[in-house]
Amino acid sequence: MQNFIDAYSWVNLRFLLEGLWVTIYVSAISVVFSFIIGAILGFIRYVKIKYVSALVGFLIDVIRNLPLLLIIFFMYFGLPNTIGVRLSTVNAAILSLTIFESAMLAEIIRSGISAVDTGQMEAARSNGMSFMQAMWYIILPQALRRMVPPIVSQFVSLVKDSSLATIILLPELMFHSQVIYGQNTNYMIPMFVALAVLYFIICFLLSQLSHLLARKLG
Amino acid sequence: MISILTTYWPDFVEGLKYTLSASVLALIGSLIIGLIFALFVINPLKPLRVIGRIYIEIFRNIPLLVVAMFFYIVMPQFIPHLDGFTAGTIGLIIYTSAFIAETIRAGIESVDLGQMEAARSNGMSYIQAMRYIVLPQALKIVIPPLGNQFVNLVKNSSVLAFLAGFDLMYQGNLIASTTFKTTDTYLAVGLLYLILTMPLSYLMRYLEKHWSTGAAE
Repeated sequence: MQNFIDAYSWVNLRFLLEGLWVTIYVSAISVVFSFIIGAILGFIRYVKIKYVSALVGFLIDVIRNLPLLLIIFFMYFGLPNTIGVRLSTVNAAILSLTIFESAMLAEIIRSGISAVDTGQMEAARSNGMSFMQAMWYIILPQALRRMVPPIVSQFVSLVKDSSLATIILLPELMFHSQVIYGQNTNYMIPMFVALAVLYFIICFLLSQLSHLLARKLG
Repeated sequence: MISILTTYWPDFVEGLKYTLSASVLALIGSLIIGLIFALFVINPLKPLRVIGRIYIEIFRNIPLLVVAMFFYIVMPQFIPHLDGFTAGTIGLIIYTSAFIAETIRAGIESVDLGQMEAARSNGMSYIQAMRYIVLPQALKIVIPPLGNQFVNLVKNSSVLAFLAGFDLMYQGNLIASTTFKTTDTYLAVGLLYLILTMPLSYLMRYLEKHWSTGAAE
């Protein structure tokens, strides 16, 4: 018990919260970028442009089937040797997360749009709407309802996955906890408890948000 | 990239062996635990349902790395001689079982309620009805998502690299840091991962499409 009291000193707690802030910051930026890129890629796959969509589809499948950890390693240690660009840990983490999660989101968005009955598009088109109008006013609102829960759970994965960036020494939550229990091994269990609680709170709140949104839209 | 692959082929094979065995062991373990917790959650008994829900929600909302590191860093205090591979595999089992439990639960719940009622009114016990009527029907629905979970396991087993688990990612890092040919090494590692994961995920997509058209209505 004394270990817990000592481990949760003000200094340590503040250090953990600084890590939490980096986790949230990196995740939030990656969420925004990966949502935009994922939406564009998913749309390209849906509209079936000759060759382009097939190529995009193949690239998405390649990225989806690679471990995120490998992408992080490549962006941080591989890029300097490939194109001579040395990214900071924060940028490498954001870039890797964005690449990986936008491929995941593209697939969710494509299947969400495809799940809307094709009759809806035909009906809108034959009522004089252009393809883009039909997409915007008829298809997307219906697709969104289906897509919100899987998209939010993908965001939950993103927050969890950001912990992998500790391997390139991104000063996020996981890394900061390692620094603390690295100084005093008695703090190991309290730190893992703190990690579990903090990650759980963020991810659980996000999942609850998805239920709320799903109910509102449905 | 070819030269890295040929020069370090034995190391890559070693890594593939560890990656595959961790993934297969974790799949078997998490299928068993996942099925148990799925049955907890759909159980008529409330305490079991609550336990199942808590387990699933906790491990779905905590990063795999935290779970795996817990077994690698903290557990050796209580269980001596817990090596990185074992600790990582246990972490994978516990993490993945929460997702598999959720998949199986959804599969079971998608079987029409009338099936259970019909079986019960024909004199079967709850367990008999589950075993002979509901689970076989749920199986077809859950196989594609379970296959995808296996693909995820192969990818997630790369956390073994954090725990000195000798997997493909770990070997790749070792090679990258000795040769300094980071680009070529990581491309080679990526290629090997794709050989493991891509055929399987295409197969699952195929099954999803064909079985769902047959099973609809």
